[in-house]
Amino acid sequence: MRSPVLSIAALGKRVRQRITGLGAFMRLAGGILARSGIALRRPGLVSQQVHFIGNYSLLIIAVSGLFVGFVLGLQGYYTLNRYGSEEALGLLVALSLTRELGPVVTALLFAGRAGTSLTAEIGLMKAGEQLAAMEVMAVDPIRRVLVPRFWGGVIAMPVLAAVFSMVGVIGGWIVGVLLIGIDPGAFWSQMQNGVDVFDDILNGVIKSVVFGIAVTLVALHAGWTAKATPEGVSRATTRTVVSGSLLVLGLDFVLTALMFSS
Amino acid sequence: MTREKTDFWVGLFVLLGAIALVFLALRAGNMSSFSFAPTYQVKAHFDNLGGLKVRAPVKSSGVVVGRVASIDFDNQRYQAVATLDLEKQFEFPSDSSASILTSGLLGEQYIGITPGGDDKMLAQGNEIQFTQSAVVLEELISKFLYSSASKEGGGNAAPAPEGAPAKTQP
Repeated sequence: MRSPVLSIAALGKRVRQRITGLGAFMRLAGGILARSGIALRRPGLVSQQVHFIGNYSLLIIAVSGLFVGFVLGLQGYYTLNRYGSEEALGLLVALSLTRELGPVVTALLFAGRAGTSLTAEIGLMKAGEQLAAMEVMAVDPIRRVLVPRFWGGVIAMPVLAAVFSMVGVIGGWIVGVLLIGIDPGAFWSQMQNGVDVFDDILNGVIKSVVFGIAVTLVALHAGWTAKATPEGVSRATTRTVVSGSLLVLGLDFVLTALMFSS
Repeated sequence: MTREKTDFWVGLFVLLGAIALVFLALRAGNMSSFSFAPTYQVKAHFDNLGGLKVRAPVKSSGVVVGRVASIDFDNQRYQAVATLDLEKQFEFPSDSSASILTSGLLGEQYIGITPGGDDKMLAQGNEIQFTQSAVVLEELISKFLYSSASKEGGGNAAPAPEGAPAKTQP
């Protein structure tokens, strides 16, 4: 059994490590932002990453959006039917998707689909000493490797969230209008009356941009600080999903509270 | 994959995102109800606005003719002032009256304009003289309870207040 003094010391060490980790994370984020000029000078690098992060995630995002829309249609109908207001189904589906589910579910899928691949790629680059080799050749690895991936993620995420919401609304329409038989006119007009372009859609876009920044930074940081072993890379990948998802959900609460208060 | 091919697919991807946003704004949102027709502003004082909100519709005979531009409190008259943006193509006589109505039982509140008979038309900066406040449900219920209680109490109870007084003011 360890003495209490030792365990307090261990606790202090862990707290200090966490704070140091946070500082290193913010320093890396600052370094990426400070070197972002290359994204404008060599847009080809960014477009390559948007292709890798965005286009390849499109299928999973669209299919998930469709199924989330289906489920929202069925579950929403089940609830609204009790109050005899099935026509509000379109409003329910559109509001839940644009305000909440679109950005959040996309960010969670994005952390799993794109974040992990970013972490693994950078971690393996580090394990293979490619990053060290770059530095030897006087190429700044943050500028050449991290900055394009960061901006690729930040650009791809809002696009994916918008596609998710659009496909979800179509999914809700398929279930509500085509399968259940709600009047299509009421479905769309209730939606248009209730969804505000600035309060709902713009806030959803702001959320998705913030989540894109958060998830991409977490993924890059995890890869950048991964131990240069197979086990270290696998741990870093797990960390991306766990901290990325938690960060998205926490930020979502903060952002929603801010948007409601105004 | 060549550079050009990548750029093409990325362009297509971003375009898809833009289409999704436009779809959400026009098909799911209220962007299509934004009107860019030229407008003129008139003011109206109300004793009670109820739950009226900025950008609520202004309707006449059920047709949207404008929107509520702003809501303020007039500290001289201790009344609410609503500024209405009316579309130029719709003109109303200067003795028209404005009332705050509710669409449906629990729907949103809007301003209804009932045209008067004057030859002069409302113009930029004019004020609508005849207004009717929002019906506050609690007042209505308390009046109803009060009147039914006094009926049960027989003749010696206090006389029931008259029906909701029309809150028109000069």
